[in-house]
Amino acid sequence: MLKINNLHAAIDGKDILKGLDLEVADGEVHAIMGPNGSGKSTLAQVLAGRETFTVTDGSVDWDGTDLLALPAEERARAGLFLAFQYPVEIPGVSNAYFLKAAVNAVRRHRGLPEYDAMDFLARVKAEMKAVGMKEEFLYRSVNEGFSGGEKKRNEVLQMALLEPRLAVLDETDSGLDIDALKIVAEGVNRLRSPERSMIVITHYQRLLDYIVPDKVHVLSQGRIVRSGGRELALELEEHGYGWIDAAQSGKAGGASAGARP
Amino acid sequence: MMNAPTSAAATSPAPTSRGDAIGAFLEQDYAAGFVTTLETDTVPKGLSEDVIRMISARKGEPEWLLDWRLEAYRHWLTMRPPKWAAVEFPAIDFQDIVYYSAPKSKKDGPKSLDEVDPELLRTFEKLGVPLHERARLAGVAVDAVFDSVSVATTFKKELGAHGVIFCSFSEAVKEHPELVRQYLGTVVPPGDNFYAALNSAVFSDGSFVFIPKGVKCPMELSTYFRINARDTGQFERTLIIAEEGASVSYLEGCTAPMRDENQLHAAVVELIALADAKIKYSTVQNWYPGDKDGKGGIYNFVTKRGDCRGARSHISWTQVETGSAITWKYPSVILRGDSSVGDFHSVALTNNLQQADTGTKMIHMGRNTRSTILSKGISAGRGSNTFRGLVKVTPKAEGARNYTQCDSLLIGDRCAAHTFPTIEVRHPTAHVEHEATTSRIGEDQLFYAMQRGISAEDAVSMIVNGFCREVFKELPMEFAVEAQKLLGVSLEGSVG
Repeated sequence: MLKINNLHAAIDGKDILKGLDLEVADGEVHAIMGPNGSGKSTLAQVLAGRETFTVTDGSVDWDGTDLLALPAEERARAGLFLAFQYPVEIPGVSNAYFLKAAVNAVRRHRGLPEYDAMDFLARVKAEMKAVGMKEEFLYRSVNEGFSGGEKKRNEVLQMALLEPRLAVLDETDSGLDIDALKIVAEGVNRLRSPERSMIVITHYQRLLDYIVPDKVHVLSQGRIVRSGGRELALELEEHGYGWIDAAQSGKAGGASAGARP
Repeated sequence: MMNAPTSAAATSPAPTSRGDAIGAFLEQDYAAGFVTTLETDTVPKGLSEDVIRMISARKGEPEWLLDWRLEAYRHWLTMRPPKWAAVEFPAIDFQDIVYYSAPKSKKDGPKSLDEVDPELLRTFEKLGVPLHERARLAGVAVDAVFDSVSVATTFKKELGAHGVIFCSFSEAVKEHPELVRQYLGTVVPPGDNFYAALNSAVFSDGSFVFIPKGVKCPMELSTYFRINARDTGQFERTLIIAEEGASVSYLEGCTAPMRDENQLHAAVVELIALADAKIKYSTVQNWYPGDKDGKGGIYNFVTKRGDCRGARSHISWTQVETGSAITWKYPSVILRGDSSVGDFHSVALTNNLQQADTGTKMIHMGRNTRSTILSKGISAGRGSNTFRGLVKVTPKAEGARNYTQCDSLLIGDRCAAHTFPTIEVRHPTAHVEHEATTSRIGEDQLFYAMQRGISAEDAVSMIVNGFCREVFKELPMEFAVEAQKLLGVSLEGSVG
């Protein structure tokens, strides 16, 4: 169970999250929607432990652990996975090497034996097949020269390999055509399980046609302003975000929506 | 005729670095920093014709070589230290240096390993260079140089069966004087530059390699240099000759104890490749770099040059430079033979207060000559890293081609990277390309790796090794592994 309580976070002195509350039970998939600049990506980065953001107030309890007290790599080893909106390129480091280092770091932490080269290759090749990635991507530098869709598939591949307890998908649908979107969504759906929670961040409803969420939340100006079921996403699709911003501007004291992180 | 020299400089500070993660990474222990206690045969401090005569006499050299030294010395007296490099250090007092120091136990050099002082063997073993029969590195012949003398050369007999000569320079002077006399100073003349002249006057030992016509050297050759004695400079001389169609891969490694004062290392390396010969020369340089505050460390002022004397000859330099307080070094190739090829692959890392001014010269003289320069500079801490290169295409070098790629990586916000490429083209058919990049280890790259559970140290090491991969793959396998480790150690504590 993930419990986010009154979370405030800022970057460069600018407040982005302003008292965010959210609870995600084990096995649930929550969608977070909201206009540009509402703090969606900030939430993802803060949960993952990026130091460029400062948490100024609030708490995050994850199965009894103070999540915010852990450095990024320990959160990852404990089972928190972030699928990046913009996966990062690491020139000269092969994808295979990177994936193996990551998987073994996590396995060590969980008291599991590390994979040797053969075991790892067998495992990763099977997972690649499932997300429709060619083997050559193992031997290319991490994300370097990958198309948008290839990068997102590489994120889903890593998620499958690392077997997280909590996966945060930050606009995994952005920049994907419909075929790539389906493949990525299938990959995500395959990983749904009673032990695994997911937070799916998206600007558009269309991803939720393929990854059907248990709950939908609307984020605006750094807070969750509405929560509901699947139908809330459809409502947003129909009316856009304008009405939410309008409703909020009074309450939030006219604070601007802020720059995108 | 065209003459297009260009020069560019870039200094770009990295952004404020991450917290403890990157910070804990750059501090390191210099594992090779121990001192060996031995009785030594040392000449008095200072430099004069008498000292040179003393060194020459100690080594029982022929008259011509003493004359050669004295001529170099007299020339050196007229020269001034070079000032153009982007390095700063107090003037060196050349009278305050010991020019010759040798472990005492040997007179004419031990006849076999049994006669070598066990303390010396232990020293090299500790450095990962076992010399005795049962633990020798498989497939690698080693010449071990301790201060001013070579203490042992392994696999000599096996190499001799192929006609390959691999021995200390002193031994070569005794056993093969005609070869030494024929080639010594023909690539780097005694008066070439200030430090080369100094070396020519006082050089004490080094390695000599001769690969006869048509022979592919059956194993890697390597020399391991160790400076041990206090106040002592090391001035070794390496001469490698590959006759027509011969080939050899040679590697040198170097370490020194941690001492508070700076020590001078001024070597000269000459490579000669006749027609269709190939020489591959790799260096993993790990001289003591000084402490965090820049105290101590080796001044590494080295002249390395290869001469592609014959048609289709090929000389390749690969260097991984992580040590030394100051590095001043430009392994170069003179592409004299038609269709000859020169390569320079370099990784230079500076951390703390280290300074490196390194690069290469490719002098195209023959027709259809080709050269490649691939330089990777990494600056961390308050380190300063300069690439200085010259690509020269002379009026007769029809069809010359050069490709230069010069990348700099910055770690932290107080380091510097500079690039000074010079291109001089005097033949219209020349094809010269230059690419340069400056980047920094991105906070985004680190975060990405750490979000996958990888520690900050491993992430930096991975990113840096990725940056250097094109150069590392040029190293012989086992040394590539060592270079990767070395880079990790040298960077420890730089993340911060």
